[in-house]
Amino acid sequence: MSDSHATAVDTADPPQLRHHFADMEQQKNSASLGMWLFLVTEIMFFGGLFCAYLIYRLMHFNAFAAASQQLDIRWGAFNTAVLLISSVTVVLAVRAAQDGSRKQLVAYLIVTVLLGLTFLGVKAIEYKEKFEKHHVPGPTFAFTNTFDDNGKQIPVNPKEAELFYSLYFAMTGMHALHMIIGCGLFSVLAILAWKGHYSPGYYTPIENAGLYWHLVDIIWIYLFPLLYLISRHS
Amino acid sequence: MSEHATSRAFSVALGIGLLVLTAITVKAAFINLGAFNPVVALLIATIKATLVVLFFMHVKGASEKLTGVVVVAGFFFLAILLSLSMADYLTRAWR
Repeated sequence: MSDSHATAVDTADPPQLRHHFADMEQQKNSASLGMWLFLVTEIMFFGGLFCAYLIYRLMHFNAFAAASQQLDIRWGAFNTAVLLISSVTVVLAVRAAQDGSRKQLVAYLIVTVLLGLTFLGVKAIEYKEKFEKHHVPGPTFAFTNTFDDNGKQIPVNPKEAELFYSLYFAMTGMHALHMIIGCGLFSVLAILAWKGHYSPGYYTPIENAGLYWHLVDIIWIYLFPLLYLISRHS
Repeated sequence: MSEHATSRAFSVALGIGLLVLTAITVKAAFINLGAFNPVVALLIATIKATLVVLFFMHVKGASEKLTGVVVVAGFFFLAILLSLSMADYLTRAWR
């Protein structure tokens, strides 16, 4: 093992190539596979929350429907659009990295961060409204709305509505935390990209951060109908 | 690797398609379809998620086949989690 120090055949390799990989292609595929393994753990993590939500919705349907109808579909739809557009800008950023156009890459990364911050800003407006309506679980929680069963108003147990808001804050809060991490990630990548760290031969961090961002987008794609949409009619 | 690069026009078109699907799912939520409201909403969400996974996350056309196996395995275990839990809770009233 120690007698091969003098071999200099690898001088053509890019500096980013780690010694335990044969070539950049293999290194890139390994990084992508590792990222996907992480994303699968994220899918299972949010999957558990989704499962809990579905079970409690089944058990306390009237209260969950009444509580869900208190959410503002317009903000939810707006945020869905913002996230979908940010996914497109991420794809364009990866494409810019593949083409080696540094300025475009930095621009798309910055636009992505701004769209992420827009999403979080809207989320803050929604949370503020929840505090004002006393819809935040805890000692001050109050819920007086009724379940509208085709015009017939059925009163609901506030404790069951509180359960909906607990799950609402757990799921959207955990999603928002992922958004904050994603914004931080892309901010750092934008700085590194500006310094010229990435080239058409090496842009794995951009691509993997993109995979993360798309997964966070997919989680919202499911959160939006589950929390905002499916209880409008019953 | 450049042959796997998605064209810009395709990505933007797909993004517009996803926005149209979002508009459809919001419209559908206000139409009373009875028990099918959740079905339609989750079906559209699944179409959107599949498009994102296949084209934005480059699972379709990935050079490493193992990536596809990991993705399918991940969603398979999620399906087990959800379907077995629901098979329990949905059938408890049958006694």
